[in-house]
Amino acid sequence: MENLNGYLIISAILFSIGTIGVLTRKNAIVIFMCVEMMLNAVNLTFVALSRHLGNLDGQVFVFFVMTVAAAEAAVGLALMIAFYNNKESIDVDDINLMKW
Amino acid sequence: MFDYVWLIPFFPLVGFLINGFFGKKIKNEAVIGAIGTLAIFSSFIVSCLILVEMIGLSPEKRVFEKVVFPWIHSGNFKADMAFLLDPLSCIMIMVVTGVGSLIHLYSIGYMHGEEGFYRFFAYLNLFCMSMLLLVLGSNMLVMFIGWEGVGLCSYLLIGYYFHKKSAGDAAKKAFVMNRVGDFGFLIGLFTLYWWLGSNHNIWTINFTEIKAASHLLPYGGVVTVATLCFFVGATGKSAQIPLFTWLPDAMEGPTPVSALIHAATMVTAGVYMIGRMSFVFIKSPETMMVVACVGAATAIFAATIGTAQNDIKRVLAYSTVSQLGFMFLAMGVGAFTAGIFHLMTHAFFKACLFLGSGSVIHAMHYALHKGHLHDDAQDMRNMGGLKKAMPITFLTFFVSTIAIAGIPGFSGFFSKDEILWMAFANPLHGNLNILLWGTGAIAACFTAFYMFRLVFMTFFGECRINSKVKDHLHESPLVITIPLMVLGFLAVFGGYIGMPKLLGMLPNYFEHWLEPVFELAGEYGATYAHHGAHPSHAVEWALMGGSVVIALIGIAIAFTMYVQNTALPKKFTDTFPTLHRAVYNKWYIDELYDYAFVNPCKALGQFLWKGFDVLVIDGIVNGVAGVVMGCSGVFRYMQSGLIHNYAWSMAFGVVVMLGYYVFK
Amino acid sequence: MDMITIPAVNFTPILPEIFLSVLAMVLLLINVFIPGDRKAYLGYLSFVGIVAAGVLVAAGWGGHIESFSGSVVLDNFATFFKMIFLVSAGLAVLISDQYMEREGCNHGELYPLILFTVVGMMLMASGTDLMTIFLGLEVMSVALYVLAGFNRKNPKSNEAGLKYFLLGCFSTGFLLYGMALTYGATGTTRIAKIAAVVGQMSLPSANIMLVAGMLLMLTGFAFKIAAAPFHMWTPDVYEGAPTPMTAFMSAGPKAAGFAAALRIFLVALPTLQVEWSQVLWVLAVLTMTVGNITALRQDNIKRMLAYSSIAHAGYALVGFTAGNGTGTAGILFYMLSYAFMNIGAFAIIILVGKKGESNGNVQDFAGFGVKHPVLAVAMSIFLFSLAGMPPTAGFIGKFYLFSGAIQQGYIWLAIIGVLNSAASVYYYLRVMVFMYMKDPTEEFDWMQVTAPMALCVAISVIGSLIPGIIPSLILQFAQQAIKLI
Repeated sequence: MENLNGYLIISAILFSIGTIGVLTRKNAIVIFMCVEMMLNAVNLTFVALSRHLGNLDGQVFVFFVMTVAAAEAAVGLALMIAFYNNKESIDVDDINLMKW
Repeated sequence: MFDYVWLIPFFPLVGFLINGFFGKKIKNEAVIGAIGTLAIFSSFIVSCLILVEMIGLSPEKRVFEKVVFPWIHSGNFKADMAFLLDPLSCIMIMVVTGVGSLIHLYSIGYMHGEEGFYRFFAYLNLFCMSMLLLVLGSNMLVMFIGWEGVGLCSYLLIGYYFHKKSAGDAAKKAFVMNRVGDFGFLIGLFTLYWWLGSNHNIWTINFTEIKAASHLLPYGGVVTVATLCFFVGATGKSAQIPLFTWLPDAMEGPTPVSALIHAATMVTAGVYMIGRMSFVFIKSPETMMVVACVGAATAIFAATIGTAQNDIKRVLAYSTVSQLGFMFLAMGVGAFTAGIFHLMTHAFFKACLFLGSGSVIHAMHYALHKGHLHDDAQDMRNMGGLKKAMPITFLTFFVSTIAIAGIPGFSGFFSKDEILWMAFANPLHGNLNILLWGTGAIAACFTAFYMFRLVFMTFFGECRINSKVKDHLHESPLVITIPLMVLGFLAVFGGYIGMPKLLGMLPNYFEHWLEPVFELAGEYGATYAHHGAHPSHAVEWALMGGSVVIALIGIAIAFTMYVQNTALPKKFTDTFPTLHRAVYNKWYIDELYDYAFVNPCKALGQFLWKGFDVLVIDGIVNGVAGVVMGCSGVFRYMQSGLIHNYAWSMAFGVVVMLGYYVFK
Repeated sequence: MDMITIPAVNFTPILPEIFLSVLAMVLLLINVFIPGDRKAYLGYLSFVGIVAAGVLVAAGWGGHIESFSGSVVLDNFATFFKMIFLVSAGLAVLISDQYMEREGCNHGELYPLILFTVVGMMLMASGTDLMTIFLGLEVMSVALYVLAGFNRKNPKSNEAGLKYFLLGCFSTGFLLYGMALTYGATGTTRIAKIAAVVGQMSLPSANIMLVAGMLLMLTGFAFKIAAAPFHMWTPDVYEGAPTPMTAFMSAGPKAAGFAAALRIFLVALPTLQVEWSQVLWVLAVLTMTVGNITALRQDNIKRMLAYSSIAHAGYALVGFTAGNGTGTAGILFYMLSYAFMNIGAFAIIILVGKKGESNGNVQDFAGFGVKHPVLAVAMSIFLFSLAGMPPTAGFIGKFYLFSGAIQQGYIWLAIIGVLNSAASVYYYLRVMVFMYMKDPTEEFDWMQVTAPMALCVAISVIGSLIPGIIPSLILQFAQQAIKLI
């Protein structure tokens, strides 16, 4: 597969976009979506590499990553709801009780 | 039985834990005392069983090392929690647990009604444990732990009456002087370890292994450095010149403490240590000479001071310093067996003397208390004629005095005579021998004098205590007198196991017993011995007779001065006021130290404090502390609590790491 | 139609994991039928289960069984770490009930969650495939996010959970990307095969994909073990999480992070040791220094111990940097001792604290030594051990970590470690100064020492003292454990 590098570069770009999103966005849900984007960028890498290397390890890995991402989403949203109940906001700048 | 050697320090540890943690709740003195005494007595039983088993073995098999558990292993460095059983450690555990048991028993009576009774027994048990670790340790680190432990317990027990300022000061003094010694010990340890390791790749601190490798050690040179450092350690712990002034002050502690720690066991640790490492010490002729000279000098120096003290315990304290000097003299002339022998007999009679003096003080205290008097219960000038009131105390005290004075037939004679003879006849120091012997002999004369002075002033003559309370003087209870009787018995007969060959009535069991331990040292010593004419039996007889005569002279002088013609001492002091004052004030050693070390140190300290300290050190310390605290503040505020900042920090870390490696 | 052949699978290596998972699910079911004031029974049950799992784990000592076609292994290394996890979970369970009852969040789900966390950590320790390790890490993390935010009515706990969650996911992204790159560079996710492939590379450090993968994985683990600069979440999460969970988090997951990282770096990437030990050197110094220095000015004792736990991760990283026998055995030894001393200290903090997480400042310990001498002595032992003074476990642990570094020639690292350790004495002893040298301002009459609490403190005291006095007792196991990797 000659254009492996293309896939890898695209996934690297996606990963970076996700990272920058985490670093800049204020809304906790958006941040979480950016994290998901990072994970999916990794998934793309895995699949591309798997195809390139000709073994299935990478694709199996992707299934696990997706499962885990789903579990994380469930827990994460629950935590956000609990936080929203207290603060009526999911802006991460409002997560500020503990510092120093 | 050898495998159970760990029980010996274990029992006192259990006693310490029980009394230390629950003593306050137990409250009942009998129970606390019984726990403490039983703990050490159990160790004594185990020690006896071990001794019996060891006697059953042939001499060359009498070495056993028990690794209780592997302790610190790291690279070349290996130190196990291991115990070494050999004839030498056997004697030491017998002395420590035997005398220790008696003193524990005695303390039940002596400390009756004292505040913090449980604390006392807990410390006493802890001390015994440390001391047993010290004598049983098969490597220098275990020994050092014991060494530090006994120092700590000594500090705690000297300062037992912590509300008394003098007790606190004395404890501090002992602590500081011991630290100086400990420092020496550690440097010696490192020197030996590094030298053997770096030159012969033998990285060990194990006594048996060092012994096996001791043929690699040179004569003199680095060994002199190491052994002198060890000896500094010994002078601190065993109160030798120049670090001896703490011991008389240590008498601020309760009397059983003085008997156990400052007479029978801890202070002999230095002697034991030299014995344990005899094969290293003997390799340095210079160190041996220093040890012998310091020993002899301390013996006579302390003995002279002892002649003028009026506090009963202080006399005994100086006597201890002086007797320890004899032991070091023995070690320094290569008579290791004689030194250990004297250590043992001294433990018997000196413990008996201290406990006897405690019994006297106890009675005096009680009587003075009854009469609501505030006279000094320890001042011999207030005593006299106690013979009638306290017959058992007197008898045991008297035989022990005879023993220490060196009258034939009593234990002290055999050991002290052996030391003096070896000081004269040893092949190591050539012409110095006469001087060593002479000093020792004169010190022995002084010993006889001040000890009999003590006995005469305390027990003979008329009673100088306030007549109002004379009737309150009475013999101490059985818990006090039983240990006295046992120790008195040992003070008389304990010496027969080491009877000199010359007298020939009994074989010298003691020497045979320790032969395997000191054999190697003897071989090393022979390589540089002076091959002069060996003194004949006639000389030995003459010297033995001489030392008896010397002792008798001392006794006679004491008798004339304190029994026959009691005005004499007064006349004497009037005729030689300066001399008396000098002796009475301990040759102004404390003042000398104050003048030579303490005051300059203080002055320097003052200067350093005012100039150097405040400006430079404080500046640096405060500066460093300030910078650190400032950093603390900065780091703290980096912790902003905001997720973005945290994520940035992580991303930053990733980018820096990746950037460095991927694009380098 | 062809029959699907199920490959023969040996379940022995994951028997404790299976047991704990089943137990956790059973507990979830039982929970429905247990009234709110009796949730403690769940705690007792799970404690018994943890002890039973400990027996199962211990029975596997000395064996070496690979299973699931080489993605899970039962070896001494895994067994030792599993014991650490069980110890920290067991102690955490003991101290949970009283606290949760007091804070009014005594929900029965706590115990199953703890058990799931343990299962995840165990998978991390015994995983020999990047996939298994990733799964274990996520099972652990997802449960931990919930545990951190468990007290859902308390805003601080909410924040702790959310913060931990967002940053944890973020770090997972890096970890996963690292795994993907490593997979790309070596063509496999099996640790043994990675080792073989990397071992045949002529110059592995020139393989950018591999090096980048390694560094990104390192980032992920550094987050879990709270190494600077990936440590920032630690103080906030530790402060906000329910105290028993803080205690648990500081001991178990940290050890799990080390377990997985040690296996990956020592087994799969030993040829890159020069590179990763350089990074670890820097991380160790940063972690120790930041942790200790920031702890100096903390008044909240939970937060102080959070910074202290960062510093302790730094000490362990010193042993990791050395990467030799002494250093790695030191990490195992230290992680176990740290579980005892740290959870013990947190137990005392729970006892001293009042409802609503109040009374948790250093100043609130004034006069504690007079009012509760036995507990104060216990606390002193924990603090001494944390500060690394003989004869406690903390001293011996540091001794081995630092001497491992010295043996490898990292003299400066050891010196920085010792200096840090000296600085740390200040804030540990500060607590003792308050306990013993200040007059009590309170009567401490609200304190009630329940049996599980007392048990936890007693076990912790023993665990912090015995390894210090008889280090070989634990160390021989640690040394056997690292032989296989």
